[in-house]
Amino acid sequence: MPAYLLRRLIQSALILLGVSFITFFLLYILPADPVRQIAGRSATPQTVENIRQQLGLDQPFVVQYWRYLSGLVQGDMGRSYLQKTEVAELIASRLPATLLLMVAAIFCELLLGVTMGIVAALTRGRLADQALMIGSFLAVSAPQFVVSLLLLYVFAVKLGWFPIGGYGTFAHLVLPALTLGLLGSGWYSRMMRSSMIDVLRADYIRTARAKGLGRSRVVLRHALPNAILPVIAMIGIDIGVFMGGIVVVESVFGWPGIGQLAWQAIQRVDIPIIMGVTLVSACAIVLGNLLADLITPLIDPRIKLR
Amino acid sequence: MKRLLASTALMLTLALPAMAQDYTPDPNAKPGGSITVTYKDDVATLDPAIGYDWQNWSMIKSLFDGMMDYVPGTTTLRPGLAESYALSEDGLTYTFKLRPGVKFHNGREMTADDVKYSLDRVTNPATQSPGAGFFGSIAGYDAAGDAGLSGVKVIDPLTVEITLSRPDATFLHVMALNFASVVPKEAVDAAGDDFGKQPVGTGAYKLAEWTLGQRLVFEKNADYWRAGVPYLDSVVFEVGQEPVVALLRLQNGEVDVPGDGIPPAKFQEVMADPAQAERVVVGGQLHTGYITLNVTTPPFDKVEVRKAVNMAINKDRIVQIINGRAVPATQPLPPSMPGYTAGYAGYAYDVEGAKALLAEAGVADGFETDLYVMNTDPNPRIAQAIQQDLAAIGIKANIQSLAQANVIEAGGAGTAPMIWSGGMAWIADFPDPSNFYGPILGCAGAVEGGWNWSKFCDAALDAKATEADSMADPAKVADRMALWSDVYIGVMEQAPWVPVFNEERYTMKSPRMGGEDALYVDPVSIPVNYDYVFVTE
Repeated sequence: MPAYLLRRLIQSALILLGVSFITFFLLYILPADPVRQIAGRSATPQTVENIRQQLGLDQPFVVQYWRYLSGLVQGDMGRSYLQKTEVAELIASRLPATLLLMVAAIFCELLLGVTMGIVAALTRGRLADQALMIGSFLAVSAPQFVVSLLLLYVFAVKLGWFPIGGYGTFAHLVLPALTLGLLGSGWYSRMMRSSMIDVLRADYIRTARAKGLGRSRVVLRHALPNAILPVIAMIGIDIGVFMGGIVVVESVFGWPGIGQLAWQAIQRVDIPIIMGVTLVSACAIVLGNLLADLITPLIDPRIKLR
Repeated sequence: MKRLLASTALMLTLALPAMAQDYTPDPNAKPGGSITVTYKDDVATLDPAIGYDWQNWSMIKSLFDGMMDYVPGTTTLRPGLAESYALSEDGLTYTFKLRPGVKFHNGREMTADDVKYSLDRVTNPATQSPGAGFFGSIAGYDAAGDAGLSGVKVIDPLTVEITLSRPDATFLHVMALNFASVVPKEAVDAAGDDFGKQPVGTGAYKLAEWTLGQRLVFEKNADYWRAGVPYLDSVVFEVGQEPVVALLRLQNGEVDVPGDGIPPAKFQEVMADPAQAERVVVGGQLHTGYITLNVTTPPFDKVEVRKAVNMAINKDRIVQIINGRAVPATQPLPPSMPGYTAGYAGYAYDVEGAKALLAEAGVADGFETDLYVMNTDPNPRIAQAIQQDLAAIGIKANIQSLAQANVIEAGGAGTAPMIWSGGMAWIADFPDPSNFYGPILGCAGAVEGGWNWSKFCDAALDAKATEADSMADPAKVADRMALWSDVYIGVMEQAPWVPVFNEERYTMKSPRMGGEDALYVDPVSIPVNYDYVFVTE
């Protein structure tokens, strides 16, 4: 186990290095000049050159990348080109909201998705199954913007049960988490259904039934732990998606997450912020997957980490 | 709905000596209360040397003051931190007398040293100010650095003398720009790069709270040097709000001014409801949306082709695409800008005439070209309308819909034959015709990376522009405007642009907002002039 963990951590570091290199390179070759964004439209060519030199953007790619990496290993993610604020501070200010929404959304996704998937698998081919699968299909294909606005309009504006967007209390969290949970549950329910159907066919389930166990006990104690493995792997990926930011839901509900920060930075070619957000979300994906892999043997003892 | 027309009267007031008039505050205005303003994007910075977007521009105006200012709701200059000024006979030396007893938010009294420090700072290349170029006429600008500007001298604690290297008729407007705001050295030194997050000025409000990505709170500056204002105790800016949601919250009584305006999808709904439309103030804006035609790229090197394109565009239809929130343009200057040539018709929509001109240029069968456009709504839809209009005269335009930064890059590099300026169009920094020329139509901007995307450069027009800007004598304003009018008509004769429309501003407010309509379409404070508006309950 320690050897496995060490190997995985080294792998993770290499992946992050690769991500940083590719992102930095793509931003370098991008046909858009961050200096012009900073200098504005009234700048003289001399001002533009001055700014380019001060930011070190006149240096060759290798030098720029090396400087960025050296800063990074010392914990310095640089300062935003346009806001002049430390990138670490900008990201840190958005992190609590991002994490909170992520946890709440994944909880909703799992609750809805896993329940729907189990019910569909148990009623396979019947009306309930078909209705649930149509529902999940609608969920995965529904545009985030429409669903967010719809929920906001009905539950916040018309019924007044929740505040119209914002951040701070539990009531603020419900609608964005529910929106993401509803939309994400489509993926989870489909995954859960097919995995559950496979497991229900397995010999040990027949044995469990044969020895007279009740239906709920068979499903919850014997089938679920086996069927849920792919779903756990999916959470690992989901963490990455949420950490990269959910721009649309964040902006409809006025949720101060990392997505809005990234979106604005991309619009303004603010390279230090784009790099910072990319690396933080890459870290989250890598860690999420690592955690998912570490949890798996706890649920299914047959799996050994080597 | 009340409409404020940018009128001839406005232009006439500009012709009067700058100090002639001031603002009479509303007698019904009651002090107190707080308003909520929303924005989609977080505020980038509140450092007056750095901030240069339409969102932080008016915020910075309320936190800081410069030596000059504008009468609220107008484009008329009035004194700010300077009590008076005098211009030497050669038009090269301005002597500003400062108002005594003005205090920064940190309690210290503002002096002439602060004015010099602030101008030195904004022009020092180390500050990386996007506005440094505006101060190019101050003597010593080219050598600006840590030693400061040689042209700015402190005579006594309340007197500053600024010497120019050339007469500059726009100089008082430059001194009214946010970039010329007076900042205290000790606060800048203490905050370092974070001054934009911890601003200290002399303005009507001071920053009380800034939670990144969530909200900013401006609190009334009780010691403000202008008597009686601001009326509001505080202004709360909530950021990260989708415009559609901001409108819902306004309808629910939670928001007073949606900073991003009325979202296009909701515009007709709002305007069709008399109760809501009544709370929308409409005003002119110093904006022109245009198509640039790259004069260095064949066949746009032929003036006939450029004129043909001008005649092919159905501007009325494009105005309809944006719900009629604009007026068709005939020339580069917007109608509310001094120097605008009233009565000039430009190129009328005439498909047959356009075809004839193409034939004259030897491209009767048309040609294929690229039209660059920013990829956010409504710009791609406008580009499609342009594409259809061009197809009608045989020009096949391929739309290149890209992110803003990429379009700006292609425009600067001169690789884009045609660009629709939407989303990147020129909005004046200050209400003077010269601001629409230099960077976007003059030779100085027609360089690699410049904003003159037509790469249009006419030495004779440039000389006229320079002559106009050297007429600093206030008595010659009318002559100067006539000269500028000539310059822009000269530009139109060579047709490097297709001026398409001048956007109008639509500001929506909550029922409790008070103050005259002009404050809600203030030409220099978008969306509203926070110092003078008030609440009625």
